[in-house]
Amino acid sequence: MSLNSFLLMRHEILLLAITLLLIVGEIFIPKHKKGSIVHLALFLFGIHTVVGFLAIEESSLFGGMFQTNNLIHFFKNTLNIGVLVLLLQSADWIQEKIVQKNKGTEFFILLFSSLLGMYFMISAGDFLMFYIGLELATLPVAALVAYETSKRISSEAGIKFILSAGFASGVALFGISLLYATTGSIYFNEVMEVITSNNLTILAFILFFTGLSFKISLVPFHFWTADVYEGAPISVASYLSVISKGAAAFILMILLFTVLKPLMHVWENIIYVVAIATMTIGNLFALRQKNMKRFLAYSSIAQAGFILLGLIAGTQLGAATVVYFILIYIFSNLAAFGVVQAISLKTGKENMDDYNGLYRTNPKLSLVMMLALFSLAGIPPVAGFFGKFFLFTAAASQGYYFLVFIAVVNATISLYYYLLVIRAMFIRNSDDPIPYFKNKIYMRLGLLITAIGILVLGLYSPLYDYIYELSSIFS
Amino acid sequence: MNLSYILLIPLIPLAVFLLLGFLNKKIKPAVSGYIGVLGLSASSLLSFYAAYQYFFVHGKVAGVFQTFVEKTVWLNFTETLHIDMGILIDPISVMMLVVVSTVSLMVHIYSRGYMKGDDGYTRFFAYLSLFSFSMYGLVLATNLFQIYIFWELVGVSSYLLIGFYYTKTSAIAAAKKAFIVTRFADMGFLIGILIIGYYAGTFDFETLNNPEGSVILNWASTSFMGLSVITWALILMFVGGAGKSAMFPLHIWLPDAMEGPTPVSALIHAATMVVAGVYLVARLFPMYYFVEDGFVLNIVAYVGAFSCVFAAIIAITQNDIKRVLAFSTMSQIGYMMLALGVSSYDGHEGVGYMASMFHLFTHAMFKALLFLGAGSVIHAVHSNYLKDMGGLRKYMPITNITFLIAALAIAGVPPFAGFWSKDEILVAAFEQNKLIYFVGLFVAGLTAFYIFRIYFGIFWGKDKKYEHAPKESPLSMTIPLIVLAIMSIVGGFIPFSEFITADRSGFEAHLNYPLAAAAVSVGLIGIILAWVFYKKENDLAVRFSNAFGIFYKWTFRKFYFDEVYMFVTKKIIFKRVSAPIAFFDKKYVDGTMEGIGNKTVMISEKIKGMQSGRFQDYAFSFIAGTVVIALVFIYMWN
Repeated sequence: MSLNSFLLMRHEILLLAITLLLIVGEIFIPKHKKGSIVHLALFLFGIHTVVGFLAIEESSLFGGMFQTNNLIHFFKNTLNIGVLVLLLQSADWIQEKIVQKNKGTEFFILLFSSLLGMYFMISAGDFLMFYIGLELATLPVAALVAYETSKRISSEAGIKFILSAGFASGVALFGISLLYATTGSIYFNEVMEVITSNNLTILAFILFFTGLSFKISLVPFHFWTADVYEGAPISVASYLSVISKGAAAFILMILLFTVLKPLMHVWENIIYVVAIATMTIGNLFALRQKNMKRFLAYSSIAQAGFILLGLIAGTQLGAATVVYFILIYIFSNLAAFGVVQAISLKTGKENMDDYNGLYRTNPKLSLVMMLALFSLAGIPPVAGFFGKFFLFTAAASQGYYFLVFIAVVNATISLYYYLLVIRAMFIRNSDDPIPYFKNKIYMRLGLLITAIGILVLGLYSPLYDYIYELSSIFS
Repeated sequence: MNLSYILLIPLIPLAVFLLLGFLNKKIKPAVSGYIGVLGLSASSLLSFYAAYQYFFVHGKVAGVFQTFVEKTVWLNFTETLHIDMGILIDPISVMMLVVVSTVSLMVHIYSRGYMKGDDGYTRFFAYLSLFSFSMYGLVLATNLFQIYIFWELVGVSSYLLIGFYYTKTSAIAAAKKAFIVTRFADMGFLIGILIIGYYAGTFDFETLNNPEGSVILNWASTSFMGLSVITWALILMFVGGAGKSAMFPLHIWLPDAMEGPTPVSALIHAATMVVAGVYLVARLFPMYYFVEDGFVLNIVAYVGAFSCVFAAIIAITQNDIKRVLAFSTMSQIGYMMLALGVSSYDGHEGVGYMASMFHLFTHAMFKALLFLGAGSVIHAVHSNYLKDMGGLRKYMPITNITFLIAALAIAGVPPFAGFWSKDEILVAAFEQNKLIYFVGLFVAGLTAFYIFRIYFGIFWGKDKKYEHAPKESPLSMTIPLIVLAIMSIVGGFIPFSEFITADRSGFEAHLNYPLAAAAVSVGLIGIILAWVFYKKENDLAVRFSNAFGIFYKWTFRKFYFDEVYMFVTKKIIFKRVSAPIAFFDKKYVDGTMEGIGNKTVMISEKIKGMQSGRFQDYAFSFIAGTVVIALVFIYMWN
């Protein structure tokens, strides 16, 4: 194996190096300057994000266990941008709340380890690699969820998360072992050739699918979501809802469209049912939420239901729309979480009623929040509209008109609760509004990037064409 | 031809708009004025350079002016149907670049004096830049959808500028009126565009306009109610154009739009935006000419001719000088429309097309000059009404002379610009349609009369005693007047027929002496009548209007068109149609919706209990979910 083939794993190796550098940095940075670890981490990850964009060849390593192609490469870059924005938005929180407890570096190490797991998960060429990636992506997050150890709710969330995750991966692993039992292989390309539709493979698929559904928080495997989001630090909730969910949805798509394609007549029905349940239940729960974190948790469950619309199409168009939607979803949700984060950090307020009259005191934050919610609700001309529109097109092109109808109804319901927040910010008055405050530079940069993303992604159409072209591997 | 620098022409004003818009209060008014003028000067220089390059260096290949296009696909629908963004360079777009640049630059410079000390000085320049950007975009559009986007953008800028004095109720009302009326017309435009997209399968001007292309050759393939669908699309698009260009009966917004600052009236409501309708018809001229054998062009011709005479008659009786000019604009655009309507395609037969564009060009110069002159007068006497003016020639010599030049130009007195272009229009009409020719000739007389009525009323007439003696306007205002006056004199000598023709190959135009003589004498009669009536203070005019009694009153009230519209909207649409619908909507539609909404909330309240917070329950639902799915899909579905 030459050095060149290691370059295929550029993302993984670089991120590992950064993680190690941070550990070393932790040792060498003097005690009174611990805060500078944040700058170091941001700087290194910024470089990593930029370097990630260098082109890569499509190939595989380790006898097919690790594979990469332009679409995977593109998606890793998307995740990088998401994490970079997330880090920018959490930088202040880490500096103000975490560093004094001497846990600043750990935060980055855990986060980067989890991201590394995601890289491996989406680059996996066999089920073993996939499983290891999945676990590596999940376990550090459990520690992150319980990061604010002084808070009871945070520890509770950590426990709930680790138990649910354990449950889910147990079930998924059971599914994988049944698949191995029926096909005699764990390599994707070999499984694809021999897999046939019988009761055992269907059972195997269902078990495997529910395991992944946990990560995407599809109904009825979603119950952990709201509790965990509420208890976790906002950055971690944001990471779970954006990066983790995006990566899981992406690998689910790859598996469904390649390895499990022979079972399509089964999974399209399962996804049909789960999509309707997820959109509807997510929306119904979101209607009543008063806490912004819980609110965003349910809204992101509903959004996951929309992603399934692209999966069900099972075509190149479907794949392109899913990736495009996830990309837009990452920006929109990061913007929403970023605003919640900024306000929570300055004032500790997290309820919707606290947002009354926000526009008068903090117009810029309100505008970013408005953009984010418009995008999540799918109002033209912001990006979310195009994302949803293309997803609906993909599902309709395969004849799923009823499903699209349900989705449109759900989009309308979601509009109602997104507008509740807008109403609070712009129309309602408050005797005790959140006072004006100025964010630090990292937070402002983080919010600015998301706002620009929301405005530009939908209008800059070559991007969609590019994704469509990358998705040609599924045609 | 290198097109890359042309992209800068619209982008510079956009940058200026963003800069001024974001800095608004943080920037000194004087500085924002300079930034605005500087930005537009840059765009203008590029436009003039582009015009030189196109008309004299690269444009003509083998005696035919070429079309240059540079575009990128913006949204894909099918192989052929996509929305592009780009720039299209051909004779009329280059000519429009020159017109927009010249007038806009003059208006920018003029506004530095006119708007001095106004609270919204920076905001004003930001809006002007937004308008310039949109207008450039409209002119350079490569396809129907792009032109539509910018079409709406100029509508928005126009709305913002009419309502510039947003504390004035009448200004707000006028802005809304303009926006709603033109939007209403634009609905027609949009439907037309969609029909074209569906039946012709492309939005692209080049493909649509190709006389040997499939769209024009196969126009008859699908018909609807006796006309080809393409014809319907062209009619609907003309409705959009008629709305923007204030053609009868969609003209009612234009007089009210005079509530905006006078430089705005000069730029938007005289020289550039209002001719967008003419530009649209000219842009699609091959389609209009070939489809259904020019059926729609007949409509264009008659609508144009009627608006032409209708507006000119109203203009005679108005006492607000800006309103006279507004109706005059409507009348002159009527000329352009009728010229397009009577035009053919090939060679000298296409003289109407050439004349229309020629008149668009000269009219932009002299009408902008008239408005800016009127602005200068209003600036001095602080009133729009003729009764507050008189004898101003002594106080404002430059304004007087330049206004006179513009008046002579619009009255069609040789050798001023309006004479040449109007003569070509009359020649075209004479060859095609005698009725329209006589309407045009009659309006030539009316035009001369109403314009000299206000000229004599402002600058001669009674020697009014002013409380503060009016002063000549500052240099920043008089220089644009002088520049435009020069353009109004020399503009007519440009050999338009060699540059801008329907079939792009150019021909030699000759003066038709008998027709020219007829037009000039009609014009002179108008001037002389005005001279008799208004040169010195006398009661001739009053006696005349009394003698005409009811007819005068009708005309003065603009044939009660506003009242008719009010009656139709308020009494019929609001009371008889909207009110019952609103009742039904409130009671039944909303009721149903609220019912559904309440039910949804109730369900969500009920199922809230499922989220107990206990992990055991979550694990149960997880396993139960897996088992149910497995059972259903293995045993029942299979």
